[in-house]
Amino acid sequence: MAPTAGARAFNAGELDALLQALRAEGWTLAGPRIRDGAIVYDEIGGAAELPAGWTDEQAPGRYRLRERDDRALFGYAVGPHAWKKYLFPPSERLWTAVRSGRDVGVSEEQAEPPPLAFIGVRACELAAIAVQDRVFLGGERADASYRRRRENVLIVAVQCGEAGGNCFCVSMGTGPAAASGYDIALTELVSGGHRFHARAGSERGARLLSRIETRAATGDDEEAVRALLARAGGRMGRTLDTRGLPQLLQANLEHRRWDEVAGRCLACSNCTLACPTCFCSAQEDVPDLAHARSERWRRWDSCFTGDFSYLHGGSVRASIRSRYRQWLTHKLSAWHEQFGSCGCVGCGRCITWCPVGIDLTEDVAAIRSGAGAAQQERREQDT
Amino acid sequence: MKPARARPSLAVFKFASCDGCQLSLLDCEDELLALAGAVEIANFLEASSRVLAGPYDLALVEGSITTEHDARRIREVRAQSRTLVTIGACATAGGIQALRNFADVKEFTSIVYARPEYISTLATSTPISAHVPVDFELRGCPVDKGQLLDVITAFLRGRAPGVRAHSVCLECKRRGAVCVMVARGTPCLGPVTHAGCGAICPAYDRGCYGCFGPKESPNTTSLASGWKALGASEAAIARAFRTYNAGAEAFRKEGDVHERR
Repeated sequence: MAPTAGARAFNAGELDALLQALRAEGWTLAGPRIRDGAIVYDEIGGAAELPAGWTDEQAPGRYRLRERDDRALFGYAVGPHAWKKYLFPPSERLWTAVRSGRDVGVSEEQAEPPPLAFIGVRACELAAIAVQDRVFLGGERADASYRRRRENVLIVAVQCGEAGGNCFCVSMGTGPAAASGYDIALTELVSGGHRFHARAGSERGARLLSRIETRAATGDDEEAVRALLARAGGRMGRTLDTRGLPQLLQANLEHRRWDEVAGRCLACSNCTLACPTCFCSAQEDVPDLAHARSERWRRWDSCFTGDFSYLHGGSVRASIRSRYRQWLTHKLSAWHEQFGSCGCVGCGRCITWCPVGIDLTEDVAAIRSGAGAAQQERREQDT
Repeated sequence: MKPARARPSLAVFKFASCDGCQLSLLDCEDELLALAGAVEIANFLEASSRVLAGPYDLALVEGSITTEHDARRIREVRAQSRTLVTIGACATAGGIQALRNFADVKEFTSIVYARPEYISTLATSTPISAHVPVDFELRGCPVDKGQLLDVITAFLRGRAPGVRAHSVCLECKRRGAVCVMVARGTPCLGPVTHAGCGAICPAYDRGCYGCFGPKESPNTTSLASGWKALGASEAAIARAFRTYNAGAEAFRKEGDVHERR
C-alpha cells in the first residue's frame, strides 16, 4: 500500500463537492448507478446518482441487488460492466475509405475522446486496467485508439469494504487494497460517522483534494481503513490456488475436467465480455451499396465463437471443449509468457455472469486435485 | 456510370410465410433509392407489379415449402437464379408453420376449414434448403434489414456476408444490457440463439425468444438445465424451443427431449 502520510478524510456529504470539482475541470463522470436490476457503470452527474444503500449478492450465475441497512454509496462488490467499455469500446470505427473517381482516400478516426473521470474503481479493476495497458500499449505497436482514451482518464478508486460472493482478489494479489494506478483512492467508512478516507496517488489527485473541505486523517481513520480492508479480505467468496498454476494447466491439457465443463459451457461468450481484461476483437468492413464508401469497425469478439478461430477451410477450435480450454489456459497460463502477468484479477465476473454458473476456481481446483490421477492415467496409457 | 441494363437483377420470391421478411426490404427507407440504383428490381411483387423475365442474378426467397405446388416452384426458381439466398425463419427452418411437423395436419385442416377437402397441403413445412441448394441462409423472424442489405451488397460484389453465427449474448453485452438470466432469473434463449437482432428483448428486460434460430455450436442441453434451475417446467422448455425455428435441428431435438418428459 502507498504511504498514508498526508492522507485526508472528509464527510460523506462532501463527496459531491469532489465530483462537482471534477466536472468544473471539464471531466465527464462515469460511475456506478442502478439500472435494470444491477449496479452498472454509466455517466453520472453527481453523488445523488450513486447507489446509496444498495449492495449486490453474487453467486455462480446469479446476481441480485439487495438493500443495505446503511446508506453506503459504494457498499457493493462489482457489477456486470467493466471500465474497459470506456477504454476499449464494444464497437468503434477505426477508419473510413471513400472512393472518388479512381482514387481511394482513407481517413483514420482522430476524434479526441472526452476527458472521463472513473468514479469508484475497485482494486481488482485497477489491476485489470494495468493488464489492458500492457496488452494495448506494451510492445512495439501501441493501439492508438486505446492510448487516446487512456490518456484522457482520471481515476478515483474506492477500496472495497465488502467482498462479493464470487470475489477472489486476495488469491490474485490484486486487492482489496488499491496499490497504484489511481489519482485518488477513497475508502468509505460508514460506522462512527459516514466519511471517506482519501489518499492522493498523483499531483492532480492531490490538487483535487485540496479543492474540497477535508481534514488530516486521524489514527482512528487509518485503523478503521485497515480493519475494513482486513474484513473484506477475509470474506472472499472464492479462492484460487495460484501456486504453479501456469505449469499445472499446461501439464493437464487432456484432463477429463475439460470434457466435464464443456458439457455445461454454452460457448455464449458472456464470461469473456464481462471480463475486465479480455481484449479480443473482430474487424469488420461495412461498405455501402454503391461501394463508394466503406468503414472498418472493431467490435468485441470472443474466443468462444466459431468464427474467432476460423482459418482457411474451417474453425480451428470447433468443439466447445477446445474453446473453454483455450480461454482458461490463456487467461491463467499463456498470459504470463505473453504479457508478463496473469490475465485474471479475481473480480469474479466470469463466474457471476455465466448463465449456467461455471466457476473457473472450481475448474482449477478439480484439475489440481485430479492432476496426480490424470498423470497416472497417461503413464498407464503410455506403457 | 454503367448503363442501366448492366445492373444485376434482383428477384424476390414468396413461399409459405407472412411477407414480413420481404417487407424488411421495403423498410430500408433510407437505402431504398441506393438499392434501386445498384440493382434492377426485376421481380418483387410486393413492391411493383412489373415483372421481368428471368434468369436473375440474385433471388431472395422467403417462406417454407408446405405444398406440392411450391415444392415444384422452388425448383423453377432455383433454375433461373444465379445466386439464391433464403431469408427468414420460414425459409431457413420451416417457420412457425413447422409446428405441423410435430402433429397431424389432417386434424388441423378438419378443425380450421369448413371444407377441408379443398386443402391440398403437405404433412410438413420444410426449409428451402431441404429442396434445392441454397447459397446463403439469412436468419430471423423477421430478418434484420441491416443484415439483409449487407447480404445483398455482399453477393452483388462477390464478398462474404458480414453475418456472424455467434450468440445473441455478444450483442447483449456489446450494448451494455444486463443479463436477464443472471440478474432477474428470467429464462432466456440468448445463449443458444443466432445473433442478428441486436439483443432487442433482453435490452427490454425480456428473455430472448430465439427468433433467429440456433447459433453455431448451440449447447441447448445445458441451457435447458439452466432453465430448470430457474424453475421452468418441462412444458415451458419444450414450448420455448417450439416456436418460429421449431424445425431447426438443434431446437427440434431439444424440444423433443422436453416434450417427451
